[in-house]
Amino acid sequence: MSATLFLRRFAAALLLLWLVVTVTFALVRLAPGDPAAFLVSPTATAADVARVRGELGLDRSIPVQYARWLGGLLRGDLGVSFATGKTVSMVLRDAAPISLSLGLVSLGFTFLIGVPVGMLQAARRSGTTDRVLTVLTTAVYAAPSFWLALALVAVFTYGAATLGLPATWRLPAFGLRTPGVTLHGWRGMVDVIRHAVLPVTILSAVGAAGIARYARTSVADVLRLDFVRTARAKGAPMRRVYGRHVLANILPPLVVLFALSLPGLLAGSIFVESVFAWPGLGRATLTAILARDYPVVMGATVLYAAAVILANLAAELALPLLDPRREAA
Amino acid sequence: MKLRSVIARDPVLAGAILSLVLLAAATLLVPLWSSRDPLAIGDVLALRLLPPLSRGVDGHVHLLGTDRFGRDLFVRMMLAGRISLAVGVIGSVAAALLGTMTGAVAAWRGGWIDRVLMALTDALLSIPRLVLLLVCAALWRPGLSTVVVVLIATGWMGVARMIRAEVLGVGAQPYVQAATALGVRPWRVLWRHTLPNAIGPAIVATTLGVGNAILLESGLSFLGLGIQPPRPSWGNMIAGGRDLIVTAPWVAIAPGLALIVTVLAATLIGDGLRDRLAGERASPRRDIAERV
Repeated sequence: MSATLFLRRFAAALLLLWLVVTVTFALVRLAPGDPAAFLVSPTATAADVARVRGELGLDRSIPVQYARWLGGLLRGDLGVSFATGKTVSMVLRDAAPISLSLGLVSLGFTFLIGVPVGMLQAARRSGTTDRVLTVLTTAVYAAPSFWLALALVAVFTYGAATLGLPATWRLPAFGLRTPGVTLHGWRGMVDVIRHAVLPVTILSAVGAAGIARYARTSVADVLRLDFVRTARAKGAPMRRVYGRHVLANILPPLVVLFALSLPGLLAGSIFVESVFAWPGLGRATLTAILARDYPVVMGATVLYAAAVILANLAAELALPLLDPRREAA
Repeated sequence: MKLRSVIARDPVLAGAILSLVLLAAATLLVPLWSSRDPLAIGDVLALRLLPPLSRGVDGHVHLLGTDRFGRDLFVRMMLAGRISLAVGVIGSVAAALLGTMTGAVAAWRGGWIDRVLMALTDALLSIPRLVLLLVCAALWRPGLSTVVVVLIATGWMGVARMIRAEVLGVGAQPYVQAATALGVRPWRVLWRHTLPNAIGPAIVATTLGVGNAILLESGLSFLGLGIQPPRPSWGNMIAGGRDLIVTAPWVAIAPGLALIVTVLAATLIGDGLRDRLAGERASPRRDIAERV
């Protein structure tokens, strides 16, 4: 990709980010309801509400508020949370690593499980294995993660004793660490891992089901192509046909899907994080939305949008490297 | 017999259609049949949290048991199904219509109209749908109409992009150029010649979108931002059974299973349509990347 083309794409991405920022601002500020009224105590007078509104800068005109927010954004200042008084950057910086590590581990499992399952289905297309797996993956894909979370908690947290499962199967379902005890070294690690088992299982299962559905169609399309027939006709072992010819051709769409999934990690675990009380970005966003904490809502949305735009740009730049045929097109 | 050969060729699809039809019929008929008001609360102490298939003091058999207020879960679930199905279908179809209009106009008029519409589309596509949905739903007054409006407002962009690409592709076909050369008016060319040939992928995306809309609605209702009790929805019924998951698991299990069966059937029907109508073009990658 030439330098000018890269610069043009980059400029387009920046323009898009500005648009998102503006749309978000409009969306949040057009909503009825007064955040100041949420913050004052129930006994507050109208004068108190007006004072809080003045302190938060909400008494200025909308264009002035927009200009101030945009100006702050350009300086890297996302403002201060209405509800907690912490800076928005701090709120996001505290929550992001938790969501990212939960998401990245799950995304790894998602692809490691989803792609082989999809390949197996495509290889046995329209056979019994394929049909059973299709219904199974689609059912998991159709299940809401918050319901799966409740089901797993019922079985592995509360039900473990009743069902006669060994003590190690009794998995914690709340937070990141066991509260009240300080564990060090590998025991602390084990504690965190045990807390992560249920959320990671759910995110991976739902994700893998989606990827399997996608990989099945992609692989089936490639299997119809001439070079696969040639490879099989010349006697290449199946392992080589799938591991080399098929995989190389479904890799580009999978990379795009991977890039598209990355920003979803930040926001996609809203439900799992709230059921398991993980202090990640999803939960922080949800709390902020419910409390009308405008600065945090806008800051988080801009962060998500920046991640989406960046991921799309990265996927676009990576595609020609993975698929030389694209360079010509 | 023709029906038998259809079932033999694709038993999964046939099963999906059958279960969705049965479910829709049940959601319409069961609440009509039931003599009791599914929203009314009777003798709470005597009737609450009865397990499935038990007989209450009033002599009624509760197929799926009762909830914490002694209301029959089966009837409530069917009533919730009406709402969930209607919200899913209306939300998805209306969003697709809006997207079709936007995409067709953008492709047809071109120029600055195209640029402005597509910039807006891309901007909205850059915000994860769940976040967009939560922001809209939370800031406006939660309720049935808000959910539908918000589903439409956050669901049209994918179809708009798809239709725009298809209309541009079809517009280059000889028969469209022939129609234009014959002096057919532009809107008629678009309506009669271009759109019917461009709409396949959008139909598939809409069908697959029904399941997604139902899931999103249930998610919003689970968080208390969607359908508001006492009006039942599968999402708020699961939320209602959340802290009963140990003592009365059936309260949360039943609506969850109904949700899975419905979304599963809708998705499988969408898959079947895709195989026949559209091929790879209608893969909703964004939906895979973001699940409820």
